[in-house]
Amino acid sequence: MSAPNKSYDPVGVASLEAEAIDAMVSAALADIETATDLDALKAVRLAHAGDKSPLALANREIGALPPAAKAEVGKRMGAARGAVKQAIEQREAQLAAERDARVLVEEAVDVTVPTDRRLRGARHPLSTLMDRMAEVFIAMGYEIAEGPEVEAEWFNFDALNIPPDHPARSMQDTFFVGSSESGVVLRTQTSPIQLRAMLDRELPVYVVAPGRVYRTDELDATHTPVFHQIEGLAIDEGITMAHLKGTLDHLAEAMFGAGVRTRLRPSYFPFTEPSAELDLECFVCRGASVGDPSNPCRTCGSEGWIEWGGCGMVNPRVLRAAGIDTDRYSGFAFGMGVERTLMFRHGVTDMRDMVEGDIRFSRAFGLEV
Amino acid sequence: MRVSMDWIRDWIDLPADITAREVATRLIDAGLEVESVDSLGEGFSGTALVGRVDQIEELTGFKKPIRWCQVDVGSAAGGVRGIICGASNFAEGDHVVVALPGTTLPGDFVISARETYGHTSDGMICSERELGLGDDHAGIIVLDPADETTVGQDAAGVLGLGTEILDIAVTPDRGYALSVRGIAREVATAFGLAFTDRTLDLVELPAPSDTAAPWDCSVADASVADLFTLRRIVGFDPKAPTPAWMRRRLIAAGMRPVSLAVDVTNYVMLEHGQPLHAFDGSTLSGTVRADRAGADRRLVTLDHVERTLDPDDIVIRDDSGPIGLAGTMGGLATEITDDSTDIVLEAAHFDPVAVARTVRRHRLPSEASRRFERGVDRVIAPYASAHAAQLLIQFGGGTYVGMTAWESPFEPTVITMPVDLPSRTAGMPIDIETVVTRLQAVGCEVEIDTGSLTVTIPTWRPDLTDPADLVEEVIRLGGYDAVPSILPAAPSGFGLTREQRLRRRVALALAGTGVVEVLSYPFIGSEDLDALLISDVDVRRAAPLLANPLRDEQPMLRTTLLPGLLAAVRRSLSRGSDDIALSEMGRVFQLREGQSPSGVTDAPRPGVHERPSSEQLAALEALLPDQPRHLAAVFTGHRERAGWWGPGAEFDWADAIQAARDAAAAVGLELEVAQGSDAPFHPGRCAQLSVSGHVIGYAGELHPRVIVSASIPPRTAAFELDLDVLIHHAIDAVPAPQVGTQPVAKEDLALVVAADVPAADVAATVREGGGDLLESVRLFDVYTGPQVPDGSKSLAFSLRLRAPDRTLSADEIAAVRDGALELATQRHGATLRGS
Repeated sequence: MSAPNKSYDPVGVASLEAEAIDAMVSAALADIETATDLDALKAVRLAHAGDKSPLALANREIGALPPAAKAEVGKRMGAARGAVKQAIEQREAQLAAERDARVLVEEAVDVTVPTDRRLRGARHPLSTLMDRMAEVFIAMGYEIAEGPEVEAEWFNFDALNIPPDHPARSMQDTFFVGSSESGVVLRTQTSPIQLRAMLDRELPVYVVAPGRVYRTDELDATHTPVFHQIEGLAIDEGITMAHLKGTLDHLAEAMFGAGVRTRLRPSYFPFTEPSAELDLECFVCRGASVGDPSNPCRTCGSEGWIEWGGCGMVNPRVLRAAGIDTDRYSGFAFGMGVERTLMFRHGVTDMRDMVEGDIRFSRAFGLEV
Repeated sequence: MRVSMDWIRDWIDLPADITAREVATRLIDAGLEVESVDSLGEGFSGTALVGRVDQIEELTGFKKPIRWCQVDVGSAAGGVRGIICGASNFAEGDHVVVALPGTTLPGDFVISARETYGHTSDGMICSERELGLGDDHAGIIVLDPADETTVGQDAAGVLGLGTEILDIAVTPDRGYALSVRGIAREVATAFGLAFTDRTLDLVELPAPSDTAAPWDCSVADASVADLFTLRRIVGFDPKAPTPAWMRRRLIAAGMRPVSLAVDVTNYVMLEHGQPLHAFDGSTLSGTVRADRAGADRRLVTLDHVERTLDPDDIVIRDDSGPIGLAGTMGGLATEITDDSTDIVLEAAHFDPVAVARTVRRHRLPSEASRRFERGVDRVIAPYASAHAAQLLIQFGGGTYVGMTAWESPFEPTVITMPVDLPSRTAGMPIDIETVVTRLQAVGCEVEIDTGSLTVTIPTWRPDLTDPADLVEEVIRLGGYDAVPSILPAAPSGFGLTREQRLRRRVALALAGTGVVEVLSYPFIGSEDLDALLISDVDVRRAAPLLANPLRDEQPMLRTTLLPGLLAAVRRSLSRGSDDIALSEMGRVFQLREGQSPSGVTDAPRPGVHERPSSEQLAALEALLPDQPRHLAAVFTGHRERAGWWGPGAEFDWADAIQAARDAAAAVGLELEVAQGSDAPFHPGRCAQLSVSGHVIGYAGELHPRVIVSASIPPRTAAFELDLDVLIHHAIDAVPAPQVGTQPVAKEDLALVVAADVPAADVAATVREGGGDLLESVRLFDVYTGPQVPDGSKSLAFSLRLRAPDRTLSADEIAAVRDGALELATQRHGATLRGS
C-alpha cells in the first residue's frame, strides 16, 4: 500500500487513472452480465465489489493522492462503485425472480389427489332436524321444554284426559316400566311435557318440546319402537285455533319454503278439543300432481298433502289438571313425528336406516339437514 | 268400519251422481277418516250372466268329481254353453253365475274358452271367492230362487259386484260412526240432506203369542248394565238361508255370513250400532242376568277357548253359571247351532269401562266390545232387537213371544255453553244461528238463554260431555278450512337454556373432530353387561326393567350407552365400514337408592281436576329412576387414513381420552385425567376422567375380553361420561387469557422417574415447581430403554417461560428449571436425564 502523502508530492497512482477505473467497471459489468445464477453472482459480487476487489483496492489508494486530486478521483471512484453495485442488485433481483419462478414450477403438485386424511364427522340427522325445527320456535320467543323419558303414567295418560280404561290407551301400545301396575311407563308421546311445562312455568307458556318416545311396535320399514316427536304448546289469554293454524303455517314455511301451507282435518285426541290431523301441502308438487297421472309425485303419492302430525286446542280438562284457570286461559298444542318429517323431507325410504346406527347414514348429513 | 254405498243410500236420499269418492272427501273434512274406497269384487271386469243349468253329465275317471254342464245364458249371449265345473253343490234347473270368456276375475284371472277334461269349456261357473265376494270356495254360487233372477240377466247387478265400499277408521270418541246410522247422518249433514233416524222407527212386530213365555231377564249388578232386554222367538227354522242381499252387505262390511240367526244379529249391529247376542233358548235355565263373575271362575267362549274369569269380569249368567262375557263374546254352551229353533235375543247397554277391562284381561277384542268401549246409544237396544226379531221372523219363520227388560233411570246429558265459546275458540265470528243449526244437525236439542246455550246431548253421542266437545262439533261442521291463519305474538324468550346450549356445543365439537353421532335403542339385557365385564355389584346393574319388552333377552333400560354403540360398530363393520368413530348422546336410566326394578304396587294417582299438591308431584317424581344424559364414543380402525401421504394412523386409547377432552373443552373445561380401572376398559389403559374433583367417566382401550365377547376389532377404544355433571361444572364465563408480549424462552427438561409415576403428576409438579414465569409445560417424549435404569422412564418436557414485563435473564431461566427439578426430585424421586 502506498504511504500517506501528507506533504504535497505528486505521486502518480496508476490504478486511479480514469481508464483503469473504467476498465474495472467494464470487467465487473461483463461478469455480472454473465453470472447465470445467484451463486455465480455471489462470486462476482465478491470479485468486483468485495473488500479485495480491484475497485476496493483502488479506492484505498485515494489516500495517497495529493489533496487537490482527492476530490475528483473520489467522485469518479464513487460513481464507479455505485454503478457496479447497482448492476449487481439488478442482476440479483432478476436472477432471484427467475429462480423463484423455476422453484414454483418445480414445486407444483396435483391438487386433485385425495386430501381426506381425516374422516369427517356428523350429527345424526334427527338431532339436527329437531334442533332446526326448535330454532324456528325459538326465533318466535318460545323456549325448549324437556321431560323424562321414563315417565309417570299420571303425566303420560291421566292428566292428558286419558283415564285408566279409556280406549285411547289401547291406541298406543305402551311399554310399562317395572310392572303394568307400577304407574311408570316409557312415555308414548311428548305430550306429558305439556303438563310439566304448565306446572313448572309462569303463564303465559310458549314452549316446544322435541324428544324421544316409545311404543311397542316391531321395527320394520315404516315402524320403530323408539322414535322422536316435536311438540308445541302455547297457553295464553285469547289463544285460538286461528293462532294454531298461523303457527303451523309458519313452521311449514320455515321448513319447506315460502307459501307451503298446512291443512287441518277434524280428528280425535283426548288432550285436545277440538282436535285435528295436520296435513302439509306437498312442498314438491304443491298439489300439481293431483289428478294428473302423467306427472306423479313420489313425495305425496300424488295426494297433494302429506300427513304430518296432530294438533288441537288444549282440552280444558288438561288445563284444569295443571291448575290453570280455563275461564281466562286457553291454548293450542301440536305434535309431529321427526322421523316422518325426515323421511318425506329427505326421501328416506326405510325407517331402519335411521335407527340401525350404520355410520354411512349419519355421515352423509354432516352438520345440516 | 266398512260400509257399502248402497246401504248409505238406503238411509238418505243421496243424489245418484254423487260418487263414493266425493262422499269420502266430505267425510274426511267432517273428521271421519276414510282410509279407502274400494268395491265389491274389485278387479272384476267383463260379463257375468245368470245362467240356468239345463243338464249335468258327471264325468268319471278323474281324480275328483267333474261335471260337464249345459248352461243356458240367454239367447243374447248365444244360448246354451258347455262348461266344465269342479263343484257339485248344484242341480239341474239351478240359477248360477257364468263368467263368459274374455272376462277378468279379481286377481287378474282371465277366462277363456279352453280344452279341459275332454271338452271345450266355454266360460266359468263362479264361486264367491272367484268373484272376490267372500271366502266361500266349497261350491259355486247357487242363486236364491227368492231373488227371482232370469236367465241372461247381468249377474254383476244381482251380486252387487262393483258396489262401492267406504272403509272408515273410527277414532275412539266416535262410537256412533261404527254404524250405518251414524255414517249416514254424517253424510246427510255434509251434503245438507234430510236425515230420518230409521233406528227410532219402531219396527212392527206381530203381537206376542202366548204359545211360550218371554224369557225372564234381570241385572244383578247395576254397574254392569243400565239397560238389558231379551226377546224370544220360538219355532224358528234353523236351516233357513240368509237372503243374498244381506249376505252381500255383510261381505262388503268384511264379515263372514254364518247362519241366518247370526247374520241377522251382525246385520242389525252394523246398521244401528247396537251389538246383539242370540242364545239358543233350549240351553238356558232360569233368569238370564247381567252380573260380575264373582266366585265363578270358568267359561268356555264360543271360540272354544276355556277362560279363567276374574271376579271383576262382567258376564251374562243363568242358573247354570256364566254363559257369556257381557258385551264381548257369548259362551259355547248356549250358542245358536244348526238345530236351534228357540231364539233368545239379548240387546243391552253395558258399562264401557267394565267392557274395556274385561276385554283387556282376556285380550279378546270383538266387534261388540269395540262398540261398547266407544259408547253405544243408551236407548236403542229395544229398537235394534225389534228390527232383528222382524228379520228373523221374515226369513226364518217362527213365532214372536215377547220381550222382557230391565232398565235403570236414564237422564240425557245437558251441557251449558257460552254462546260465544265456538267463536272465541276458533278465532273467527260464528253467529248464534249457525251454532244452533250445527248442534241440531248433530242431534242436539238447544235452548237459547242469555249468553249461553243449554244443550241436550243425543243418546248416540256419549262422547259429548264438555262445552269444548260442542265447540268441536260446531267448528268441524263449518270445515276447519274456514278458520283463519294468524301467527300469535309470543313474549320474548331466553333462547336455549345453558344446558341445552352446552349440549349442542359438545355434540358439534365431537362431530367436528370426525366423530359420527348415532341414536340407538335403550334396550339391553344382562348379557350385554356381562359382555362388558360389568360386575354384579356395579351400579350399572341397577337398571329399570320393562314389564313387556319387545325381546325377552333385553328387558332392561340401558345404564350405559356402550352396548348400543358397540352394536352400531358391529353393524357398520359388517357392512364394510372399517374406520369408525361413533358417538351417542342420550339418557341412561339408573334405579335410585331403594327403588325396585319391578316398581311399586301402590303408585300415587293424583286426581286430574285440579293441580296436584307439591307433595303429590314429589311422590310422582319419586317413582322415576334417575335419567342422566351420558356422552359416549367408540373408536376403531383409522384415525388418519392410509393414502399417498403415507400409511395413516390407527385409533388407539389416546384418541378416546382426547375425544373426551375435546368434549369437555367445548364447554370450557379441562378434564382431569388419572390412571383408572373400570369395566369395560383394559385395566392398564383406562383413564379416570374428572372435573373439579368429581369423577364423571372413563376412557381408554377396551378390555381384551370385551373385544372378544363383543366381537369388535382389537384395540377398540371408547369413552363414556356423565354429560349432565360435566355441564353442571362448566364455567359460565370463560376468563380471558393474559397474552404476554415479552420474548419467550424455550427450555427442555428431561426427568427420569420410576415407570409407575403418572406423567400428569410429574407435569403438574414441574408446573408448580417452575413458578409463575413458567408459561406452559408440555410432555413431548417418553422414553424407556437402555439409556435409563430398569424400571424407570424418561419424561421430556418442553418449557416455555415468559415474564409479563421483561426479557428473562439466563439466571432467571435457570432458576425456573432448577425449581421444577427440585420439586420433581422431592415429590417423585426424579433425576435429570444424563446427569
